[in-house]
Amino acid sequence: METLVNRFWKSAPKAALLLSLAAGSALQSCNKTGAGEGGGAAAGLDADAASKVYVAPGKHDELYSFLSGGFNGQVSVYGIPSGRLLKIIPVFSQFPENGYGYNEETKAMLQTSHGFIPWDDLHHPKLSRKDGMTDGRWLFVNGNNTPRVARVDLSTFETVEIMEIPNSAGNHCSPYPTNNNEYVLAGTRFSVPLDMKGGTADVSMEDYKDKFRGSISFIKVDQEKGDMELDFQVLVPGFDYDLANGGKGPSNDWVFFTTYNTEKAGTLKELGASQNDRDYLAAINWKLAAKYAAEGKAKEMPANYYHNKLDHGTHSAKSTIKKKVRYLLPEDCPGMMYLLPAPKSPHGIDVDPTGEFMVVNGKLASTLPVFSFSKMMKAIENKQFDGEKNGIPVLKYEAVLQGEVKEPGLGPLHTEFDGKGNAYSTMFVSSEVVKWSLKDLQVKDRMPVYYSPGHLMIPGGDTREPYGKYLVVMNKITKDRFLPTGPELMHSAQLIDISGDKMKMLLDFPTVAEPHYAQGIKADLIAPKSVKFFKLDENSHPQAAKKESDVSVTRKGNVVTVKMTAIRSHLTPDNIEGIQVGDTVNFHVTNLEQDWDVPHGFAVMGANNAETLIMPGATQSLKWIPKKTGVYPFYCTDFCSALHQEMQGYVRVSPKGSSVPISFSTGKKKPVPPAATASLK
Amino acid sequence: MKVYQKVLMLLAAVSLGLLFLFPMWKIYLKAPQYPEGLELHIWVNKLGGSSEGVLQNFNILNHYIGMAPIHAESFAELKYMPYIVVFFMITGVVVALLGKRKLVLGWTLLLMVGGSVGILDFYLWLVKFGTTLSPEAPIKVPGMTYIPPLLGHKTLLNFEALSLPAWGSLGIALGILLAGLAFFLSRPAVQLPSVARTKTTVS
Repeated sequence: METLVNRFWKSAPKAALLLSLAAGSALQSCNKTGAGEGGGAAAGLDADAASKVYVAPGKHDELYSFLSGGFNGQVSVYGIPSGRLLKIIPVFSQFPENGYGYNEETKAMLQTSHGFIPWDDLHHPKLSRKDGMTDGRWLFVNGNNTPRVARVDLSTFETVEIMEIPNSAGNHCSPYPTNNNEYVLAGTRFSVPLDMKGGTADVSMEDYKDKFRGSISFIKVDQEKGDMELDFQVLVPGFDYDLANGGKGPSNDWVFFTTYNTEKAGTLKELGASQNDRDYLAAINWKLAAKYAAEGKAKEMPANYYHNKLDHGTHSAKSTIKKKVRYLLPEDCPGMMYLLPAPKSPHGIDVDPTGEFMVVNGKLASTLPVFSFSKMMKAIENKQFDGEKNGIPVLKYEAVLQGEVKEPGLGPLHTEFDGKGNAYSTMFVSSEVVKWSLKDLQVKDRMPVYYSPGHLMIPGGDTREPYGKYLVVMNKITKDRFLPTGPELMHSAQLIDISGDKMKMLLDFPTVAEPHYAQGIKADLIAPKSVKFFKLDENSHPQAAKKESDVSVTRKGNVVTVKMTAIRSHLTPDNIEGIQVGDTVNFHVTNLEQDWDVPHGFAVMGANNAETLIMPGATQSLKWIPKKTGVYPFYCTDFCSALHQEMQGYVRVSPKGSSVPISFSTGKKKPVPPAATASLK
Repeated sequence: MKVYQKVLMLLAAVSLGLLFLFPMWKIYLKAPQYPEGLELHIWVNKLGGSSEGVLQNFNILNHYIGMAPIHAESFAELKYMPYIVVFFMITGVVVALLGKRKLVLGWTLLLMVGGSVGILDFYLWLVKFGTTLSPEAPIKVPGMTYIPPLLGHKTLLNFEALSLPAWGSLGIALGILLAGLAFFLSRPAVQLPSVARTKTTVS
């Protein structure tokens, strides 16, 4: 540790020099008055940083990056290198901005076996792949809290599918797509006592060691449409499964999972799960697993999980409840799963672009071990085992180890690769990014970051050919990077230029909630396929009104159905009468526009709901139950035209049992007052 | 008429078919909020645009200034023009087969008249749409009319309008040109002097 600290201080004068050069703020920060700038510029700041991140007005960024939102349940899309926020995609959370999870069409997306859950802890975005490269079709993300895997369609940037994962608790080590999207794999973070009916059993915590199990889910992906289906699960020992990453090239058929709490402690895990010097890297041959499952090794058990899908034609989501799940036991499936001893409580597992090296980031370890895939295969062949755990062979550490990166820094969490033989690891405790060479495992460069980085991302950094120009590091603490905004600050990401020998800091930008991992992709793989509006002709929503003459207001019992249209700059109908207190009024609003970026919003005064934002050509529904008599305005919430403010209407609500008949209208041609034109002159 | 002249005439008749393959005229609109531009395509039998929904977007813009909505149904021309074109094509073929110069001339002149009437008609409906504005229009600019240019460029409020003939019109131009050429080439160039000679002998 001594030398590590020394090394850090050796680089300090250089950092200080740049600091003073960059903003002349070194003195200012000495006698901070609180009114000026913050803690100073970043160490290693590129002298030409501004022009390197500058994307002129009207110009587009080079890359899209998808940052998980963590506890906001969303994905945020940023442009790289500008760091400009381009979009927030709601996935597991209700989103009042567009009514996702509030309107009748999307409520089904958030249904689970536990009921309607309008939130989750979204951790890892993973782009779909073709031949081990990102293809820009879909983004898979996991919900950690109530185990779910979702798919975002990158032609619409909409969440189109959410599947609950049975026999899982804390779906953290997820979702890892194989190199051709054959499967998306999802592992459980918290092991739980499975009741073998798809739920957890009522078991004493004393029984943790014997009764708790984890699961790895194999989600099959439709190659054309992307639709997911839970093919089978592998029930694994009751450790905590933390992160997953897959092989490529020679290791294409394998996927690796870091584990902790191999002690199987059921309480005070910060101590209980930190006792073993070594935990495990679990290696699963996914192709062999699929083969075993196909050959009938899989058993079946009852289950109860939701599978929600959005239909593009009807613009509506539907839930299906699945009642069965197939599972494999590793002890029945020889050759499918091995354990590799890994340094204490590993976090990230990252496989280099060649598929030969597996880097295990032991967050409490002082070295960074690099495993060799070919050595692993040889060790399996030569049966170099160090006993077994739950019937799964444990390989000898020395037999699989390529080498260790000495004194990489404190608290290594994640590693990505630049495609030029270098690896970059985040050091949570020493708050830095460390560049090291895969060739000789020597540290080449280090850069302090602000502060406590978790994940880092190089576009395509987990693929065969990373785009080694930029690195985005996501920091857990922001402190003084931006103007203070009370106790809670936005998290921060930093953009680093990695095109040269030395890393150069380019940019800080705030991130929404807490980003856990991100994926980046060149813009031209996504932008040309972006949908601009939905074709009205293809709208098959059952309540769609595709032209103004199709609108209607009908009553059936106490349910009133309003089929409404929106176009610049009016709603049809805009006068509705005959609604009664306590009625359930369903406004089905179809946006008749066929033009890019002209959504219309719809909101009603006093509705216990959100607005709904309707994309051109789509239909969305807002449920409203009026509680008092009176006249209620409704209006368009998305500024759509010069006459947006005028895009409004009224609903008259009469007492229950009133004799006011249902009626509706939009405008009656009135004779123009002759004075009107004259007055203009 | 010689065979190649008949072929020219035949080509003249056939080239009118371009009218069914391409728009006759295009009106381009560009404004700050429409960086990608809006294109209205006028065909012999329909109205279209560079993408679906263009007509609707034209109408949405036009409704602010009180211009009547433009629909294919509002133009009887779009219904009968195809028949006229087909008539010209069939008669053109017949003329080519008969190979009579006078008929070629007649056909060409008739086509020229037809084309001119078409352009005049087009201009008239531009005027009609641009000047017949609803008195209830949300936006009224005193003294302003919105006649798009028949040919060329014009600024209408914040819109740059550009109007140009498109490939379909080339069909008519080619028809006139080729038929005219057939007529010109088939002129009795050899006979003329001999007629003169006979005349001189008579005198």
